[in-house]
Order: sequence, then C-alpha cells, then structure tokens
Amino acid sequence: MGLESAFGEGFITTQIDALISWARKNSLWPMPLGISCCAIEMMAAADPRFDISRFGSEVMRFSPRQSDLMIVAGTVTYKMAKVVRKIYDQMPDPKWVIAMGACASSGGMFRSYSVVQGIDLFVPVDVYAAGCPPRPENLLAALMEIQKKVDKSSVLQFQNNTMIEPPVVNK
Amino acid sequence: MKTTSEQQTQKSKILESLLLKNTGFYIDDALESGMVLNIGPQHPATHGVLRLLVQLDGETVIGCVPELGYLHRGYEKIAENSTYHEFITHTDRLDYLAPLSNNTAFTLAVEKLAGIECTPRAKYIRMLISEMARIASHMVAIGTMAMDVGALTVLLWAFREREKLQDIMDVLTGARFTTSYTRIGGVANDWTSQCSSMLKKFLEEFDHNLDEMEKLLNTNKIFIQRTENLGVISAEKAIDMGLTGPNLRASGVEYDVRRAIPYLDYDNIDFNIITYKEGDALARYFVRCDEMRESAKILKQCLDKIPQGPINTHDPKKVLPRKADVYTKMEDLINDFMIINFGINPPVGEIYSSVENPKGELGFYLVSDGSGHPWRCKIRSPSMVTIQSLPLLIQGHMVSDIVAVIGSIDPVMGEADK
Amino acid sequence: MTELTEKKLKEKFSDFITEVIYFRNEQTFIVNKSQILNILTFLRDDPELLFNFLIDLCGVDRAKRNDRFEVVYRLFSLKNKQSLRIKCRIDENDLNIDSVTGVFGTADWHERETYDMFGINFINHPDLRRLYMPEDYQYYPLRKDFPLLGIPGSIPLPKK
Repeated sequence: MGLESAFGEGFITTQIDALISWARKNSLWPMPLGISCCAIEMMAAADPRFDISRFGSEVMRFSPRQSDLMIVAGTVTYKMAKVVRKIYDQMPDPKWVIAMGACASSGGMFRSYSVVQGIDLFVPVDVYAAGCPPRPENLLAALMEIQKKVDKSSVLQFQNNTMIEPPVVNK
Repeated sequence: MKTTSEQQTQKSKILESLLLKNTGFYIDDALESGMVLNIGPQHPATHGVLRLLVQLDGETVIGCVPELGYLHRGYEKIAENSTYHEFITHTDRLDYLAPLSNNTAFTLAVEKLAGIECTPRAKYIRMLISEMARIASHMVAIGTMAMDVGALTVLLWAFREREKLQDIMDVLTGARFTTSYTRIGGVANDWTSQCSSMLKKFLEEFDHNLDEMEKLLNTNKIFIQRTENLGVISAEKAIDMGLTGPNLRASGVEYDVRRAIPYLDYDNIDFNIITYKEGDALARYFVRCDEMRESAKILKQCLDKIPQGPINTHDPKKVLPRKADVYTKMEDLINDFMIINFGINPPVGEIYSSVENPKGELGFYLVSDGSGHPWRCKIRSPSMVTIQSLPLLIQGHMVSDIVAVIGSIDPVMGEADK
Repeated sequence: MTELTEKKLKEKFSDFITEVIYFRNEQTFIVNKSQILNILTFLRDDPELLFNFLIDLCGVDRAKRNDRFEVVYRLFSLKNKQSLRIKCRIDENDLNIDSVTGVFGTADWHERETYDMFGINFINHPDLRRLYMPEDYQYYPLRKDFPLLGIPGSIPLPKK
C-alpha cells in the first residue's frame, strides 16, 4: 500500500508490473460458462488438436473463485442473466471476460422475447469472438487478445476501491 | 425486513412442489430432516443449463424436481415469423451435437407437407450425413458419461474421432459444426470423391479405435460398479413415460423410427436394431456403443450404393434453383426471388414427421395456412421427455449417482428448452 | 387399419366426433373436449387398437372468434405401427380441459408447456406451473397477440 503511493510510476514499479503481467498472461485459468452450442467448440478447443493448454489455460476451473477469465459461450436468456451476473460477481479481481459467439456478443440470430441481446448489457466485456460458433482457432485468437490486454495492465488498477468501511468501535 | 406473510407468498412454487410430493420414503429420526440441494444451472456435469432441486436424506435422494427454461430461445415463435427456408438454419441449434440430423428431419417434414420428394442421390447423401451425425453424437455421449464417472482418457479419444468426422463435414458443407446443409428438395452441395475417400479412411480405422475405447471401459470394475443397476426403468414404465431412442431400446422395447415408419431409403439397407433387457445405465452405454458399429455398417453400404444424378428435384415454385442459373436465366431469377421473399406456399393442412435422431425421436408438427410462413411449428424434442423421467430414475440413489444417470440418458438442453 | 379405428371410434363415441380428416396418409379426429379422457382410455386399452404411446401433445392458436384454441394429441401403436391424431377445440371463455396424466404419464410436462405458452388450464393436473418462462411471468408467449420481440421490462435484467 505504502510503496505504490510513495514511489508512483517509476522504474522499479514498471518492471514489477511487467513481471506480474507476464506471469498472469501465461497462466490464465478460464471459467467456461458453457451454455449452448459454443460450449462444444470450447470443448473442442481443449482437445488434443487445438490445444488450449499450450497457452497456459490447461485447467478449466468450473469454480468462479479459482479462475480469472470468464468465457461466456452460448445464448444468454433473461432467466439465465441473473446467474451469469452472480458468477461474474463471485470471481475475484483481476478478471476478464470473453463473449464467445454471436449470441453472447449481440443476441445472435435469436431476436425473440426471451434472449438478451448481448451480455454487455449487464457484464463488462473485454473481447468479443465472432462466429456462430467461432472456430476453435478463433477462440484461441481471442485468448491472445486478452493476453495483449493483460500485458498492458498494471497492478495498481485492480485495487478494490469500494471496500466496506470497517466498523468504528469507539467514536 | 419482510413480514412473514410476504415471505410466505414469496416462497417459490418449485420448492413447494418438491417438498409436498408423495415419495414413499419416511424419515424415522425427528431431528434428521431432509435437506434441499440445488444443483444449479451452472455445473460442470449437468450437460448444459439444467437446474435440479434435490431433496436429500443424508446422502440418499428422496425427491427431485428439474427446472428447465434457462435456454428457452423461443424457436416456435421464431418459426411462425420466418419462411420455411429461413428456419433450416435455426434447426441446427436444436440438438447441437448432431446438427445434420436435425436439418434432415426438418426438410423431410416440409417436403411431406408440400408434397415433393427429393432425388435418389439426395436420399443417400442424407442417409450418409445422418449416420455420420449419429456416430459424432454418440461419441460425445460416451465421452462425457465416462468423464462424469471418472475416466478422462475416453473423452479425449472420442473427440479425436469426432474431429475426423468434422473434417469431412467441413469439406462437404463448408462448416464444421452448424452446417445448415439440407435444402427443401435436396441438399446444398454435391458429395464429391474427396469426401468418399476421407470417409473410407475413417471407416478403416474406426472399428479398431472403438475397440480400444471399449477395452478401457467394458471390463473395468470401477465403471461397471458405478453404472450397474443404476437408474433402472422397466419397459412398461418407459413406454408410459414416452422415452424413445437408445433409452427405450436399453429397456427391451424394439422401437426404431427407421424401421417402424421408414423414411429416406432405410428399407433397402441391412442393419439391426440393438436392444438390451436390463434398462440400467450400463445397458444404455452398451446400446450406444453397438449402435455406432451399426452406423459404420450402414455407411459402408451407402457408400457402395449411392446413385449418380442430380441432387435437387426440379420444382420451380418450391425448390431453390442453382446459383449459376439464377445469374444467367430470367425464369430462375424470378423463381428465386419469389421463393426467398414469399416462401414456398404449401397447401393448407397439417402433418407430423419424425426421424430417428441420436437422442430419440425428433418430430416436427407443421400446420400450414397456405402462406410462406408456418402457422404453427411444434418441435417434439426427445430430451425434454427424457428429463421428465429423471426423478423416477434417481430416486433412492446417492448424490454422486445423479451425475452418472444424467450422463447415461444423455440430454441436450438446446433441444429440451427449445 | 385406419378404417378399423374409424369404425370402432364411431360406433362407441359417435355423437362426440365432429370431423374426420385424411391428408397425406394421416388420420385426424376432431372430438368434443368433454369426452377426451374416455376416448384416450378406450384407444389405449382396446385389444385390437392398442394405442399405448403418446408421442406429442401441443396447443394451437387458430386466431378465430369461436373455438380459439386447439389441443392436439398424437398417439402411436407399437404393435400395429399405426399413428393417429386427435384434436379438441377450446373456446377462449372456457379454457379448461381434462388432463390426461392418468392415462399417459408422459403428458405431464407437455401439458405444463401448453399451459405456459397458451394459458390453457388442465383440470386434475398434479403440478401445473410454468415450464420455460420464469414463475412470475404474466403473459402467454405463443398466443398470436403476443409480439415476437416480447414486452420490454417484463423480466428484469441485472445492473451492470
């Protein structure tokens, strides 16, 4: 806490940033929120042909508390939107979101009464992967874009500024 | 703070229906009350977004209420607002493990309604793609069932076989997954010699690879103990609950739509209907393995028998003409414009047509009022009916058996939720 | 086989059968909704007909002033490999019809889906609540007066 506020953007902190970003981007653990057809292409991205583990994402953690990348794959309906938001809230910082497929990016081919027209209406999205479903190589390209984004980020921007005030005992 | 009366009205109906169901089990100890466990929509082993509320006594399941609707995309309403050709792309996403099979089912239904029939070559191409879709879907079913039970290697080997089939689909249709390949009156592209050679190469290695996968599971004591006598359903109860497909045939009932109400050219192909008597999860696994071998047999026969000829029938008002003709000839341009914008206008009436999907019997009930849009399109999805019988199958078993049972009945939520 | 079915149904329930339609080799009976339980039980238990498999149950909105809705049952006989369709017309003012869950166990969720999409009430159904839409949804989506894009604001969305 004291180090960042005292030194600011200096030589040491940017080198530490680069080291931490290098470690983070090569070990992104995805949390696959596989809802419909795109989930099958996500599983195909994890099979021996389009290996996703060479990018460090070997463990597909199905627990939000242990992951830092959420891949929303599939059509999100109004009934499911609450669940997606809850899982996003349960992930610890730093976290990134890939909207995989046309349905997650913008509602896709389903313009009907029960489909949310894009998950960016209630979840902040970092990378959109287009396709219906996107080929596994497309998902890997989206992962590489996230890696570029992680590279440019610094440790300071993920401080949680909305902490709950500790209880005041003797006022 | 909510008052108690507000809390009462907020208590959801699904919990009420779970706790009030008469199950036949009773709890002897007054201190030990049942616990309600929520196996939520997001779960690694529920094959999609299925929510199960399970009432437990210790670790035994007393009652279960499934909740659907997390993937309800409104297909039937979309069908009422689009032409018959436009809906073919939507049918891909129903049972998204075997998209080619759904395309065939829908175009067969529309052709029955419109009164046209596809060419012999198109019939054999459709049979080839249906059987390829069946092998691909059963691969995923066996792979995920084995993964849920604990055998992870089988999933990776199954996906390797599936990738070979998806390469063939890529060459034939242009897309490896959601293909939208069949058209009303035939198919979109022709079956080439490159596809034939790729398929022959696949079939040469297929039996050996399937043997390798079965060697890991068939005599494996852990797999057998985890799936034997699990989720048993008798033949009468299965017929009463409306099960179809491999789930019904594993209980001993010989009902296969390809033999009961023959479609395409299945009368002239020689294959057996696989049935087992026990009706438990292990029998359902065996039925799927043997069905894959039968599909390989059908593929070999179709490759030998496929006739030469055109792939689309000639019916200017209903069948889309070739793109090369649309750009050069006047009548084809006008017919193309009329069909795309106003639809095919079948006669007034209603039909029901079904095929043998890998998951069961997929049926389309189409009501037409003479215009280019269907008046009502009801999709009879097999997965919805199988999930309906899930509470019966898991009653009395442990919590960890729920996952094995779901894997063995193989539901797909895209189809169950429509 | 289809003639045998028509003969047997007509001799037992002749006043309640309104119409018989043949189209593309399929047989359809339009019957009065008050006798639907008896008709289906008879078709299931008759030793020659044996229609013991209920394949599908759905509703149709005909968008006419009288008899707006229709409930369609599709039966199949495993022994004779014969199928049959039975339709009942329901008026908008009296949306009640008997539930057939006692005859066929599979009708349970099909009737729930019909209730969810059209609002048709099934009497004596063990557990009639919505299947696809959220529990407190107030509209019936597949009716012809409900727009495809839905009513904005009918299901709330979480905040960003």
